Amino acid sequence: QVSAALKEGRVTPTELCQRCLALIKSTKFLNAYITVTEETALKLAEESEERYKRGQPLGILDGIPIAVKDNFNTAGIETTCASKMLRGYISPYNATVVQKILDQGAVLLGKTNLDEFAMGSGSTDGVFGPVRNPWSYSKQYKEKSVPKSHSEDKESDWVITGGSSGGSAAAVSSFTCFAALGSDTGGSTRNPAAHCGVVGLKPTYGLISRHGLIPLVNSMDVPGILTRCVDDAAVLLGSLAGHDPKDSTTIQDDFKPFELPNLTDVSKLSIGIPKEYNAPGLSSEVLALWSKAADLFKNAGAKVVEVSLPHTRYSIVCYHVLCTAEVASNMARFDGLEYGHRSDVKDSTESMYAATRREGFNDVVRGRILSGNYFLLKQNYEKYFVKAQKVRRLIANDFMKVFRSGVDILLTPTTLSDAAPYTEFIQEDNRTRSAQDDILTQAANMAGLPAINVPTALSERGLPVGLQFIGRSFQEKQLLTVAKWFEKQVQFPVIQLEEVKRHDNGVFQHQKSASFS
Amino acid sequence: QKLSVEMLDHLERLALVDFRDSEGVERLQKAIQFADQLHEVNTDGVEPMDSVLEDRCLYLREDDVTEGNCAKELLENARETVEEYFVAPPGNIPLEKLEGRKTYLQGS
Repeated sequence: QVSAALKEGRVTPTELCQRCLALIKSTKFLNAYITVTEETALKLAEESEERYKRGQPLGILDGIPIAVKDNFNTAGIETTCASKMLRGYISPYNATVVQKILDQGAVLLGKTNLDEFAMGSGSTDGVFGPVRNPWSYSKQYKEKSVPKSHSEDKESDWVITGGSSGGSAAAVSSFTCFAALGSDTGGSTRNPAAHCGVVGLKPTYGLISRHGLIPLVNSMDVPGILTRCVDDAAVLLGSLAGHDPKDSTTIQDDFKPFELPNLTDVSKLSIGIPKEYNAPGLSSEVLALWSKAADLFKNAGAKVVEVSLPHTRYSIVCYHVLCTAEVASNMARFDGLEYGHRSDVKDSTESMYAATRREGFNDVVRGRILSGNYFLLKQNYEKYFVKAQKVRRLIANDFMKVFRSGVDILLTPTTLSDAAPYTEFIQEDNRTRSAQDDILTQAANMAGLPAINVPTALSERGLPVGLQFIGRSFQEKQLLTVAKWFEKQVQFPVIQLEEVKRHDNGVFQHQKSASFS
Repeated sequence: QKLSVEMLDHLERLALVDFRDSEGVERLQKAIQFADQLHEVNTDGVEPMDSVLEDRCLYLREDDVTEGNCAKELLENARETVEEYFVAPPGNIPLEKLEGRKTYLQGS
């Protein structure tokens, strides 16, 4: 809708950009952005405006403000991964996905906050501080909050965004941008999408280039897409997917961008409900919503079957071993020599490296590196690493069996419950939390399958709850079509942010609640 | 099993990061305990999976130089450089033994 408005001249790219920048400033307390590229954004908006004036926009994305998670390289802009290790690091190049959106004329607003090096499920462990969920400040949440006495700090009950792409999710959810890029290794795009009430798409591994995405787990990382509606996600997917010679893990098949059909007849669809996803700790609310959704499909004529993915409960253990092992390897590049933080220790190369890494990494990262090294020791290699790789195959096979039996899409919850208050979340350490929160999203990364979170309803506390659809490899069109149908059925409410009302303006108000496609 | 100091020292040397405190060591212990659950799974006859794209051919391109000549940009991010070199402290000096290092493990 915004794109149409830009084309018709009802609003100009610079106006749009300025509104977003102003909104970013007024929502600074959310801590969603690490770097706001104000000058660059305005320049890009001006260039876009020129193109619209000439009647030659580059495409749907021309002039659309987009935010990018801070673990994607952006030329000339600081890329920190929310870590001391990369503070001051100015990327010399654009990640392929960043280049692609810029080539389409998108206006890059800034880099969003995350957990340090994308390790975590709360966006609370970055060096720039935690990200706050915009819903903490929504009318819906405040209405349901137990009234507190005046002496208690009103600020203390804000809830987390989920992670690790929390900044991106918060940015999209609070209307400061129309789409954001995240990354997904264990659920890092879908988890915050569920908590912030936005659409979070994890594409099939190999569909979108990882060139320029600072790697966590090479065999599972994918760039993720966060938007306010499924159609927007499809548009963004269309711009980003495709083979990249710079990333040899992208498949060579031709990718054709698609528009999503408006599905009306779901009778030919077979939806699978994996029983193991009724995991311990799943809140009764989420369980009820999941059942309701299954019924929704059934009543509309679709075939809804219970299926089994027997190795689900080992997925998180498997992930834990494989992730730490790959992290141990991937983090080895940070030695202070070519880029990033460098310690002042000069006695020897090794001692300089050790000191640099001691100073630059936080507990979470160091913990994973050490665990990874342990699992990769000669005496442990077979026992842990190879064993985990075997279990990975079993998990992937589970999915293959289910899809081969005729099921088209799997429907599962995305998170165990709605977003937790920050003070409660930090009571447990990062690893425990990740193990708990990734349990529903992780397996899709193991098997490389596409998955999407669709915001479904508000919880009793007034916070978003989302449901997840998992599809067959490279069948994003089918996945998104079903997701779009579901989105239309549930009519998830728009967030009512009090601060946002101040910037009310007829035209912009209409755009705020809408998508850009 | 409790991890020996030698093992912890060995890991610190391999990883070139430190445990920092008892919490760090405990973190590793818990991680290992967590990972031990893997042994409950029967993986007889199962091949390890390296990549989900294992059924596809890897993309290979011609061995031609298509980009480069960006020494200046690459050197900009390094703290210590001399002309077109990255400057490192003297190499071939192994990390000091446990006794010499300032590390938490010394106390254990």
